[in-house]
Amino acid sequence: MATETLTLGKALNTGLRKALENDPKVVIMGEDVGKLGGVFRITDGLQKDFGDQRVIDTPLAESGIIGTAVGLAIRGFRPVCEIQFDGFVYPAYDQIVSQVAKMHYRSQGKVTIPMVIRIPYGGGIGAVEHHSESPEAYFAHTAGLKVVTCANPQDAYVMIQQAIASDDPIVFLEPKRRYWEKGPVELDAPLDAAYPLHSSRVARAGTDATVLAYGPMVRTALDAATAAAEDGRELEVIDLRTLSPLDLTAAYESVKRTGRCVVVHEAPGNLGLGSEIAARITEECFYSLESPVLRVTGFDTPYPASRVEEEYLPDLDRVLDAVDRTFGW
Amino acid sequence: MAKGDPGVTTRSRRAAPRSKRAASAATGEPELVQLLTPEGERIESAFGPDGTEYRVDFTDEEYRGLYRDLVLVRKLDAEATALQRQGELGLWASLLGQEAAQVGSGRALRSQDMAFPTYREHGVLYCRGIDPIMPLGLFRGVDQGGWDPNEFKFNMYTIVIGAQTLHATGYAMGVHMDGRTGTEDGEAVIAYFGDGATSQGDVNEAFVWASVFNAPLVFFCQNNQYAISEPLERQTRVPLYQRAGGFGFPGVRVDGNDVLASYAVTRHALDNARLGQGPSLIEAYTYRMGAHTTSDDPTRYRIASEVEAWQAKDPIARMKAFLVNQQIADESFFTEVDEQARTESVHLRERVLNMPNPQPVTMFDHVYPHGSPELDEQRAQFTKYMESFEGSAH
Ligand SMILES: Cc1ncc(C[n+]2csc(CCOP(=O)(O)OP(=O)(O)O)c2C)c(N)n1
Repeated sequence: MATETLTLGKALNTGLRKALENDPKVVIMGEDVGKLGGVFRITDGLQKDFGDQRVIDTPLAESGIIGTAVGLAIRGFRPVCEIQFDGFVYPAYDQIVSQVAKMHYRSQGKVTIPMVIRIPYGGGIGAVEHHSESPEAYFAHTAGLKVVTCANPQDAYVMIQQAIASDDPIVFLEPKRRYWEKGPVELDAPLDAAYPLHSSRVARAGTDATVLAYGPMVRTALDAATAAAEDGRELEVIDLRTLSPLDLTAAYESVKRTGRCVVVHEAPGNLGLGSEIAARITEECFYSLESPVLRVTGFDTPYPASRVEEEYLPDLDRVLDAVDRTFGW
Repeated sequence: MAKGDPGVTTRSRRAAPRSKRAASAATGEPELVQLLTPEGERIESAFGPDGTEYRVDFTDEEYRGLYRDLVLVRKLDAEATALQRQGELGLWASLLGQEAAQVGSGRALRSQDMAFPTYREHGVLYCRGIDPIMPLGLFRGVDQGGWDPNEFKFNMYTIVIGAQTLHATGYAMGVHMDGRTGTEDGEAVIAYFGDGATSQGDVNEAFVWASVFNAPLVFFCQNNQYAISEPLERQTRVPLYQRAGGFGFPGVRVDGNDVLASYAVTRHALDNARLGQGPSLIEAYTYRMGAHTTSDDPTRYRIASEVEAWQAKDPIARMKAFLVNQQIADESFFTEVDEQARTESVHLRERVLNMPNPQPVTMFDHVYPHGSPELDEQRAQFTKYMESFEGSAH
């Protein structure tokens, strides 16, 4: 089997290429996705090889990108839309929430919208405002949409293909600050075998406390686990991978063993994914819990100026601090 | 020229005695209003597509003032680009090549007029009398735009493409409702945006609203031919200024590398707006000489010959040629302007390097006008947490 070391960005690019090869109905569309290969180069070289009918530079209009993709999907295509940055998805929010998510339901199953909406998301790259947001809760709250996010090159490569193959409309969140991180990618990996799209996975096994994370925070959680191990504490890290629907099977199993749980995400804590996860774990694991489920999140402010983003973003210290607190109860 | 209001009282002796109609289909060139050719030749007056005659009359001092503005704005922009390259700014959106469109329109504004910029209007900002350090805080990441929009009548930069055109429309509707239109000293509003932005729903919605509500608004589109990598053809199949007709207001294309024409056309449109004659669209036909922003790589989508062709239309070179030919300015003047530009840019650099990072705790400020108990709690916890570090200065 061919295994290569790729960056997460290149893994996505390779996955997209495979999807274009495998299904002539797949089209990629977005601002600057053609010649430029996207502002992060995730679609680099695809227009050159598949032509401008399959990799489409669209007008600068997010609502238009999603709205026209709905029509293409009804016509039998599988559009993969790129939203250039998280903070620019909101002009398209109406189309996504009111049209994309509801078509199947309203048509009583007669229309499917097999669309993928790719969004580079999250902070940590020193960007100006509107370029560092984590909008996952808005979409996870909407029935009819699915929301997933990858945390390493292997998942990026597999999950983007799984998402494109899925008949559900999927918001596919790409942790932009991890685009340049490298890892092994098994290029012949079967798409449905080990980890189907809507499943979490144990990223690091441990016995003393459970840390739940997704997207860019998986790396942070793993780093925290490494640091904790030096102090003799074994943390189990679970990469949720899918945010809607949430797969908490591995989490429940883990928390029942460890008795302690910390949820980490970049988005503001108020009504964030962490609230939902903490509630569910409390319900499911109440008699095993030694302490409340704690959350480590961004603050309830707009994403701040980048010179203070390090303080805004959950980091290794804040994760370890929360772990300490779960032991203090 | 003094800051503010270039007079239009004294007639110019410099103008060549000829007029030019905007429509010049014979030459194959885009139809545009031009008062100063790329060679620096003055055209006395020019006509828009609806027959409006455009002319300007500046004193020698005012001509020199416009030249000074162009050079200063270019130099400050170059300094910011250099600062970004040296890691002092996270990003910079350069206006290189667009100085005439910005200075011309910016100087055409009266003090009571309100402007709604994108993220590239550093030249307009300069004309509004705002310290050029202001936008650098945003791009350095120490704040999110520092000036008072009400004080300077220049709104915050807007990064979401097209969003500000609706803000400008609403503001202009308010001006109208306040009864501040219909007289010579009425207020007008200007909204800046790019060619890419014309594809946005918000911009088209703004056109509709402004038209329906007869808003005293000038839509000022700097068509710099690209939206990041995408050429104009990816946004439109008709000349942009012609779109105005479909929305029910006049549109005109001006040579955006000609500061005199940019001034004349904008002044006329603003005056119409303040007199209660409603919105109009100006397409300033220009070119982005540099990259879209410092993170862009234009070699991927742009050919060198195109850039060279536009270099020959440089807004500063043609103004200089005019000043020299008409003996409005001599070598000592040009040296003095260059010297001033250098001094100001060195000064700017020093101040940028000394811009302090904000205290992290300030991220909790101004989320709500009257605060919130939850945030107060988070702020207190955060402060305590920061203090828990050894040797913390907090
Ligand atoms: C709603 C939205 N979508 C995408 C972007 C990313 N983006 C920033 S500038 C730009 C191109 C803008 O082109 P244009 O309107 O022609 O203005 P220019 O920068 O050329 O002056 C894009 C796509 C954005 N800022 N806002």
